[in-house]
Amino acid sequence: MENHLKRLRAEHGWSQADLGERLGVSRQSVIAIETGRYDPSLPLAFRIAEVFDLAIEDVFVRPSKGE
Amino acid sequence: MQRHTARRRYNRDILIASAVYGASLILGSFWFRDHPGNAGVLAYAAALVPGLSIVAIFGVIGRYLVEEGDEYLRMLRIRQALIASAAALGLSTVWGFLENYGLAPHLAVFWVAVIWFAGFAAGALVNCVIERR
Repeated sequence: MENHLKRLRAEHGWSQADLGERLGVSRQSVIAIETGRYDPSLPLAFRIAEVFDLAIEDVFVRPSKGE
Repeated sequence: MQRHTARRRYNRDILIASAVYGASLILGSFWFRDHPGNAGVLAYAAALVPGLSIVAIFGVIGRYLVEEGDEYLRMLRIRQALIASAAALGLSTVWGFLENYGLAPHLAVFWVAVIWFAGFAAGALVNCVIERR
């Protein structure tokens, strides 16, 4: 699933490890989600959106929509 | 760091179970060499400990899958275990038919676990390859 994680992370000046720390997951997980290699569960996707103080659809691109 | 606890416990317990396995295998083979034909309680104990320590390793892997809070890391380990299970079940089934028709020598059943662990290592390799894509 496409997402804006990399851009959002850069805007906040966070490294992948910083984001992982905030989410309580490994840097490896952040990389996998960021590159679209792994689609997070709904609870984790919500946690990611909350960390950026955004709605979930502002972080993840709806698969039916594409971009 | 709570999120590292499961991995730390996994690494520690795998090391302990593997050490017990290695030690029991060596000590057991010496014991049976010195006590040929013995079928007493000690013989059963010496024969059971290596197998039970392998069972403990399966238990450690299972507990890790339950305790790992990082869903991506859990998925990687599950994929690894599925590859291992497919290898062990697939190869042992094929071998069983070959053996049944007298086309392959008899293989002790504990080799299924050995194949599983080889498959587990292959699964780690598959994870690495997918990670690097």
